[in-house]
Amino acid sequence: MNPITNPESTTNWYLFLSCLLFSIGVMGVLFRKNALIILMCIELMLNAVNLLLVSFSAYTGNTDGQTFVFFIMVVAAAEVAVGLALMVSIYRNIGSIDIQSLNKLKW
Amino acid sequence: MNNTMNLLTMITPAMMIPLFPLLGFLIVSLFGKKLGFMSGWIASMAILGSFLCSINLFVGLEGDQQLNFSIFKWIAAGDLQIDFGFLIDQLSLIMLLIVTGIGFLIHIYSIGYMHHDEGFSRFFSYLNLFIFFMLLLVMGNNYAVMFIGWEGVGLCSYLLIGFWFKNPEYNNAAKKAFVMNRIGDLGFLIGIFALIFHFGTLDFMDVQNQLAGFEPDAPILIFITLMLFIGATGKSAQLPLYTWLPDAMAGPTPVSALIHAATMVTAGIYMICRSNLLFALAPFTLHVILIVGVATSLFAAIIGIKQNDIKKVLAYSTVSQLGLMFAAIGLGAFESSMFHVMTHAFFKALLFLGAGSVIHAMGGEQDIRKMGGLSKSIKTTFVTFLIATLAISGIFPFAGFFSKDEILAKAFEHNLLVWALLSISSMITAFYMFRLLFLVFYGSFRGTQEQAQHLHESPISMTLPLMILAVLSAFGGFFGLPSVFSSTHQLMAFLAPIFNSSKQVTLETPPLSHEQEWLLMGIATLAALVSIYYAFTLYLKKQQIPENESELTGISKVVANKFYVDEFYHKVIVNPVVILSDLLLVLVDKLIIDMVVNLTAILVDAIGRLYRLIQTGSTGFYLIAMVLSMVIVMFIQIIL
Amino acid sequence: MLSLELLFIPLLAAILLLFANEKAAKPLALVFSIIELFFTIYAFQVFHQNGAEAFEFQMPWVNKPQINLHFGIDGIGLLMVVLTNLLIPFIILSGFNRTTKRVATFYALLSFMHFALLGVFMALDGFVYYIFWELALIPIYFMAFNWGDENSPKVTLKFFIYTLAGSLLMLFGFIYLYMGSPNHSLDWSVLSNQHTCSCNQTWLFWLFFIAFAIKIPIIPFHTWQPDTYKSAPTQGTMLLSGIMLKMGTYSLLRWLLPIFPAGMHEWQSIVITLSVIGIVYASIIAIMQRDLKKLFAYSSIAHVGLIAAGTFTLSFEGIQGALVQMLAHGINVVGLFFCADIILNRKGTLQIHQLGGIRLQSPWFATFFMIVLLGAIALPLTNGFVGEFMLLYSLFKYNVWLGAVAGTSIILGAVYMLKMFQEVMLGAVPEDALPMEKLHLNEKVVLIGIIALIFILGVFPGMVTNLTQPTVNQLLKLI
Repeated sequence: MNPITNPESTTNWYLFLSCLLFSIGVMGVLFRKNALIILMCIELMLNAVNLLLVSFSAYTGNTDGQTFVFFIMVVAAAEVAVGLALMVSIYRNIGSIDIQSLNKLKW
Repeated sequence: MNNTMNLLTMITPAMMIPLFPLLGFLIVSLFGKKLGFMSGWIASMAILGSFLCSINLFVGLEGDQQLNFSIFKWIAAGDLQIDFGFLIDQLSLIMLLIVTGIGFLIHIYSIGYMHHDEGFSRFFSYLNLFIFFMLLLVMGNNYAVMFIGWEGVGLCSYLLIGFWFKNPEYNNAAKKAFVMNRIGDLGFLIGIFALIFHFGTLDFMDVQNQLAGFEPDAPILIFITLMLFIGATGKSAQLPLYTWLPDAMAGPTPVSALIHAATMVTAGIYMICRSNLLFALAPFTLHVILIVGVATSLFAAIIGIKQNDIKKVLAYSTVSQLGLMFAAIGLGAFESSMFHVMTHAFFKALLFLGAGSVIHAMGGEQDIRKMGGLSKSIKTTFVTFLIATLAISGIFPFAGFFSKDEILAKAFEHNLLVWALLSISSMITAFYMFRLLFLVFYGSFRGTQEQAQHLHESPISMTLPLMILAVLSAFGGFFGLPSVFSSTHQLMAFLAPIFNSSKQVTLETPPLSHEQEWLLMGIATLAALVSIYYAFTLYLKKQQIPENESELTGISKVVANKFYVDEFYHKVIVNPVVILSDLLLVLVDKLIIDMVVNLTAILVDAIGRLYRLIQTGSTGFYLIAMVLSMVIVMFIQIIL
Repeated sequence: MLSLELLFIPLLAAILLLFANEKAAKPLALVFSIIELFFTIYAFQVFHQNGAEAFEFQMPWVNKPQINLHFGIDGIGLLMVVLTNLLIPFIILSGFNRTTKRVATFYALLSFMHFALLGVFMALDGFVYYIFWELALIPIYFMAFNWGDENSPKVTLKFFIYTLAGSLLMLFGFIYLYMGSPNHSLDWSVLSNQHTCSCNQTWLFWLFFIAFAIKIPIIPFHTWQPDTYKSAPTQGTMLLSGIMLKMGTYSLLRWLLPIFPAGMHEWQSIVITLSVIGIVYASIIAIMQRDLKKLFAYSSIAHVGLIAAGTFTLSFEGIQGALVQMLAHGINVVGLFFCADIILNRKGTLQIHQLGGIRLQSPWFATFFMIVLLGAIALPLTNGFVGEFMLLYSLFKYNVWLGAVAGTSIILGAVYMLKMFQEVMLGAVPEDALPMEKLHLNEKVVLIGIIALIFILGVFPGMVTNLTQPTVNQLLKLI
């Protein structure tokens, strides 16, 4: 029996959770106007992927996935640092971090 | 054995013949300024050297001996195996003697004539270069070397017609001469290609040897000969390419004498005589040549009646006489044609040099309406001019009589109509030549007071060549006495080895009886005398002076305007090309072709403009677009 | 190995010139080009004694895709190398006595161009050849862009993109050939023996042909050329017309003919017709040109059209004639543009109607100009005649009428050249004419050198034909 479709399997629940988190992240990115929240939603998506990787790693008994998670966490930390710095700088310049006001780069 | 040794020793003088003028050209053109007046003598001596070498060969070659040698391989590529080589035989010898002999006399004459010109040494360097190329043309042992000379003399003709290059008219004349010659040259070139293609060689002798197997009027022979003939019409100023020659009178008068009367313009006849067997095997082409020759002869003669420029009259008479020579070729009488080339070289060179002397005396005036009564002040010129005029009019026993009579007799044998037309043409010739003579030398002086005082006989360097040529014009005809006078036609006997083979091909009509010959001569002389008398009554008795062009009406206006041929060419050929040039540039090049090229750029530009609309600047839009396209990609992945 | 050394000298010159002092740049460039010329003479000797082996150089460069640094010279290649190395010293020398901004950079680019051109003529691996082909475009682009006249930014951009677009087609063709070849190689010897299926040849032919046709240029791919020739600095124009467009005609023989013999045969008639139309078309347009350089540009189109047409007759005479004419045209066109440069330098304009009477002011210059011009209108005993004679003969052999139509170029050539000469050089001196300064020593050297070459090649064309004959024979065996 396929462990993923098997409701008894605990892995399954992790997968559903991961999908849910990812979708929440996507929706947040798409529909929120505040750049800070969009950034957080991106973090959420990354963590959803992390969760997925860890659970598969546990399921298959292969540690590769967990190694990847560390990489992603490092990248995410770096990204947040840059992202937040950009936010601060944008806020200083135009007094808002609403992405709708960030429309100077067009044709 | 002895013979071959003898021939080998003659290679050196043969090589020297073109080398002398080349050397002269180099010396005079490089050091002309320093040499000053000496350059004229150096140039003349170079030609004298060639002349002496030619005489050496003339004496050395006996019977049907010929000297045929190649110096180096010029072009070697596939079919094209062309030697740079010389052929000295009886035909080229005649031409060599004419070119170097008359060339030398004209060089001497020019020393006097060009004395005051600032381009003195330049003039002589061009003249020497011309002689060099003319000698290549005559001496080449294949068509390619002949073509070198052929184009080379065209170049020199260009340079010398436009010698006084400050005058745009002269430059136009020079350009016209070169371009019209080039039209003919293209025909010649195609003829050469056809020769290589079908015979695999350009060597005169090899081609002649291969001709044995050909039927008369084989299409390829017709093609080749017609193409070569087109070349000849350009160089020898025949219809329809003759219009450059009258304009070419813009050059200094010695040039007109040397290039545009005695030597270069006869190159076409020489070339056809050189390939006489080829032409004899193409009766159709001979027919064409006959028609063109007769037509040119008549046409130019008619125009000659109404010309008022002393050199233009002579120019049209040259065209007319060349037509006569071509008519002789058309009749298959190659040696008669060569005979006329020779006598014509004598008397026409003399006429031009005489005209030069007249112009010299008149201080540059060329309009015969402003001359008159010059016989008293320039005696030598007058006497020599008279001899030449008698010669060209065909009065016994001057040179022109014999050569012309021979052609007329040939015409009479073949076709009465041709004979009649040519007779008319020579009648007209006699008329306008005497018109010229009477207007220039008789009557009263019509020029300005200043000119009257300026009148003087030319220096000895100019009159001496006149006198020598006068002797030749008077007695040159005795080289070819008709059978009623002498049992041997010396020139024909001399040239026999050249024309033997073609003689066997052309249909030999029975020779005229002595009575017929006497009759023809009588008619010709009578006709000439009648027209001379007519000219006499008009211009001497009634003292008529040609009207100004504006007073002319009807047919005489058309004739005076040379039948508007130049205008016709201008309208039909020159103008359309000019318009086409602009049209192609503006319409095709700039508008169509370049537009297609620029259209690609415009297209890219337009696409860019369209696509950048996607760049809305709204982050939300970008994000949605990103997610949507990812979904679409995944969707496609799953489906496929 | 010799080929590598031939390549190395100009490259070294280019690098040194980058750091050279402004004053030392011109002499330095000249010295290097003369060294290269002497080296070429030496190479010529070696070629005579040992044949092509002495020039063979092969070294693996990239493993996958398999690219070898393969250089070599055969008769045709040597001819082009001789042409390049003969003309470059003249081109450099012609710049003496002229003020050029940023001299060192200019001559560095020129030397780099020299290097790239030699690379094109010696490369025997498709990729290496392609690299050099594109490399040659870069220096000439900057030369035309920075040192040209006010129109040059626009004109050079067009030139650059146009030729680049053509070369991309060629690159695509090379990649296709690479993928298709069984042993994955673009080596010339492999490609020329690989008998590509003739169904593919029919379209692959066009990929290469268009690239070459743009460079040559064959009508209707020529519209970049007159403007570029006009806008570029004269030395750049000399490079472009004298040597660079020979890249196209050379490549027809080096790459197109051996790789696509069937394609050549199939499209022969179309290309020849196109070229012949181009000859007449360009000649007619040249008649009414008002700018001297543009006139020479159109006359150049007519001349190279004849070269292309002769090449495509695929006959011995045609190909030999093309080779002779490539050399002759290179020499003549450099001479013509140099004369234009002298006039521009003295008179400040190249508009034909503003000029006149120069012959009165400077008789010697007029004589030199006349002789170069005679070479261009193919007077016998000048270099232009021999090539044109062979080419027209090959066309005549292919088709009498095409030969006759192409032959009108000798008439039209005389028309536009003499018309130009009359208007520019003859006549009286216009009242407001600037004085005609005497020819400088360097100008005399260049003109006399070019004229000497014109006559030497016109009288002894065997020097070229003997050199290339074996190679042409080999080429024709491939067909």
